[in-house]
Amino acid sequence: MSSTFDTVANIIAETCDIPRDTITPDSHAIDDLGIDSLDFLDIAFAIDKAFGIKLPLEQWTQEVNDGKATTEQYFVLKNLCARIDELVAAKAA
Amino acid sequence: MRPEVFKMIDRVVTIDPSLQKIHCQGLVPEESSIFEGHFPGYPIMPGVLLIEAMAQTTGWLVLARNRFNKMPFLATVKEAKLRTFVLPGQNLDLYSEILHEGSGFVVAKTQAMLEGKLICSAELTFRVLPWPEGKMKPVVMKVAEHVSFPLADFADA
Repeated sequence: MSSTFDTVANIIAETCDIPRDTITPDSHAIDDLGIDSLDFLDIAFAIDKAFGIKLPLEQWTQEVNDGKATTEQYFVLKNLCARIDELVAAKAA
Repeated sequence: MRPEVFKMIDRVVTIDPSLQKIHCQGLVPEESSIFEGHFPGYPIMPGVLLIEAMAQTTGWLVLARNRFNKMPFLATVKEAKLRTFVLPGQNLDLYSEILHEGSGFVVAKTQAMLEGKLICSAELTFRVLPWPEGKMKPVVMKVAEHVSFPLADFADA
């Protein structure tokens, strides 16, 4: 069974045509991988489907815009994967 | 339908109670200024306007899902297929079905049929955003009345 990171990295590689071996847990989806907001919709769609969750993108965006969170908290992949794991666990509880 | 002003839907026929599906209709007019250029002497509906008609169909469904509290804006068109010419006087049946509703976006599968035959299809993604400042919401609600959208069932007062 693949890890959350492997699943997310594969989704990003396939959706954005980014070489899989350039995607690491420390990659920032926006700053390092150059993923724009439109591509991120496709990624969010694929992540939602793969994990049976709904990434709270509107809430995250609001928190970043309000200065209550940084983009690193949500868009560095190891942090994104931690959020996904939390959402999956919350759904199963 | 008045394609020259992007009024692609004449009537909302049904909205599924589960808000997963919608059926709309649009009659391609016999005459329109768009046919002056597309094409001179051989009028056919531009494919981009067929995609627009499918997008508007989906748009009414997304508006119903959020009770007109947010507005869908077309963001991505995938797998668009335009299978045959659509001619003046033909009545399109337009269908859309929600594939996924995410946070701030919706993905839908949409089709147009002519006398039961599939003529075009696409997968569309919309951003779903707060209404812009200004007249947009009241104008859209006025259009909703014109296309027989069931406002009493699917819009907040």
